[in-house]
Amino acid sequence: MPWLDDILWTYQTLIHSLGINGLLALSMYVVLAAGQLSLGQAAFMGLGAYTGALLSLHTGLPFALVLAASALAPAVVAAVIGIPTLRLTGVYLAIATIGLGEVLRVVYVNAGITGGALGLNGIPGRTETWMIFLALGLALAGAFAVGQSRIGRAMEAMRSDGIAAAVMGIDRAAGQLAALLVSAMLAGLAGCFSAHSASFIGPNDYAFETAVTILSFAILGGTGSPLGPVVGALVLTALPEVLRPLQDFRLVFNGLIIVLVVLFLPRGVVPWRMPRLGRLPRGMAP
Amino acid sequence: MFAQQLANGLVLGCTYALFALGFTLMFGVLKVLNLTYGFYCTAGALVALAVAGIPGATLWLALPAGALAAGGLAVVVDTLLLMPLRRVRAPELSALMVTVGAVLLLTSLLSMGLGTEIRRFPPGMLGTGTGGAVVLGPVRLAWSQVLIIATTGLLVGALLALLHGSRLGLAIRAVAGNEDAARLMGVSVARTMALVSFLSGVMGGAAGVLLGLNFNAIQPYMGESMMLHGFAVVIVGGLGNIRGALLAGVLLGVTEVMVAGYVDSALKDGVAFALMMLVLWLRPAGLGGRVVAPRV
Repeated sequence: MPWLDDILWTYQTLIHSLGINGLLALSMYVVLAAGQLSLGQAAFMGLGAYTGALLSLHTGLPFALVLAASALAPAVVAAVIGIPTLRLTGVYLAIATIGLGEVLRVVYVNAGITGGALGLNGIPGRTETWMIFLALGLALAGAFAVGQSRIGRAMEAMRSDGIAAAVMGIDRAAGQLAALLVSAMLAGLAGCFSAHSASFIGPNDYAFETAVTILSFAILGGTGSPLGPVVGALVLTALPEVLRPLQDFRLVFNGLIIVLVVLFLPRGVVPWRMPRLGRLPRGMAP
Repeated sequence: MFAQQLANGLVLGCTYALFALGFTLMFGVLKVLNLTYGFYCTAGALVALAVAGIPGATLWLALPAGALAAGGLAVVVDTLLLMPLRRVRAPELSALMVTVGAVLLLTSLLSMGLGTEIRRFPPGMLGTGTGGAVVLGPVRLAWSQVLIIATTGLLVGALLALLHGSRLGLAIRAVAGNEDAARLMGVSVARTMALVSFLSGVMGGAAGVLLGLNFNAIQPYMGESMMLHGFAVVIVGGLGNIRGALLAGVLLGVTEVMVAGYVDSALKDGVAFALMMLVLWLRPAGLGGRVVAPRV
């Protein structure tokens, strides 16, 4: 199908960023669904991007292993930050993750191996379109599957009332830490894909603005189901391409979206909740 | 040399303490982590800069103007964005998210409107030229540094006197302790909250002006980079704890200057985060000590 090849070739960058931003939105969803707010998604993405880029530039590892390492590195950092903060109230994780983004930027600028303020250049283009969308599809399927399970119900309980959930015997801190680790892995994966798609990464690509943009995907889509944030990411990524004048105001617009949606549409634009499949557990009234 | 470093650290610590004081006051009373707070700092510095540009204006006019304007801005932001959420008793994270969006919106608009170049106060702003200094033994303090210490002392003293020596302060502490009980005792919660927003904005704005003086650099993102220091200070001092914030602010300033002077200046920017993570791991309630985990 040559016409399809043409489209894919012309819009490859856009198509890649649609998928990558979808993954990032999903990574944000996983944390929000457990009732926490992380502003470190950009930092986790950056860790994945730098890990992946450095491995590709300096070693001959196959891409699958590079991807695995890029998912693992941010998860380790997420554990260091998440273990102390998730025992506390919600604002602590938010504070620590904002701090993480800033401190990592300083590290990238000052460390020799990360290329300083200039960043890393000439990263091989190992990302194929199908890889991104396979990962996105698997992650979405995984999120839906978990949502149907016991864990999904526990997460919903944590989100709506953490204290009540704890009283019901749910280990809130452990559940939220698990969510944070998965989320860091997804963001790291997205970062690795984006680094191997853009061929260039810099220390300022993963700053606070990026973190808030990722949050705006999830907020616009709503966190009732995993599909919402992905839809939010698609809309907010495609919209500036369609409405050119919006491009200059992209950050202003993303900020405005968060403010308006939280104030006026607290459930997002995809407000329905994930339907429950199958029967309720025995003895539970519908 | 060491005494001079200590003095410089103390001055830097004063600006951190003043900045964090407003932030922690806001959190302690309004129970909201308000990320637009960093923007008040930028706004204060920019308004002071604009006032300083008026012929004949001195710092004695520019500093209060910047601080008061930031206080006013804080009341507007709180009324427009946080009051509606408070009214419906929205979850803690909704309020945090609104301020996350608002700070991106405001900062991006400002940097689009003004550009991101660094602006400076006109030379001779302090009325003594640039060479003026106070010499105390081995320590040499520039006039701007003396002003920073004096202003911080004055504002902190005034705030503590207000909180602990007046009926308004009693009302603020009552709202911080238990909003509903305060309302039943006849405290106007909405008005008290507006007052607290104003006071915090004033602190943030004043800190912005002083920072602009200390580094002689003002730009739209200065508040954003201050937020990281603010976070570290309020966590090290204990969220919502005023005395803890003062202590932690000075501690952070001194540590940063010492690390930059004796270890490696590249590590300076990591000090705040390292201190914060250390406290979160070892003593999450902060040096001030307060229960922070959700209680059943």
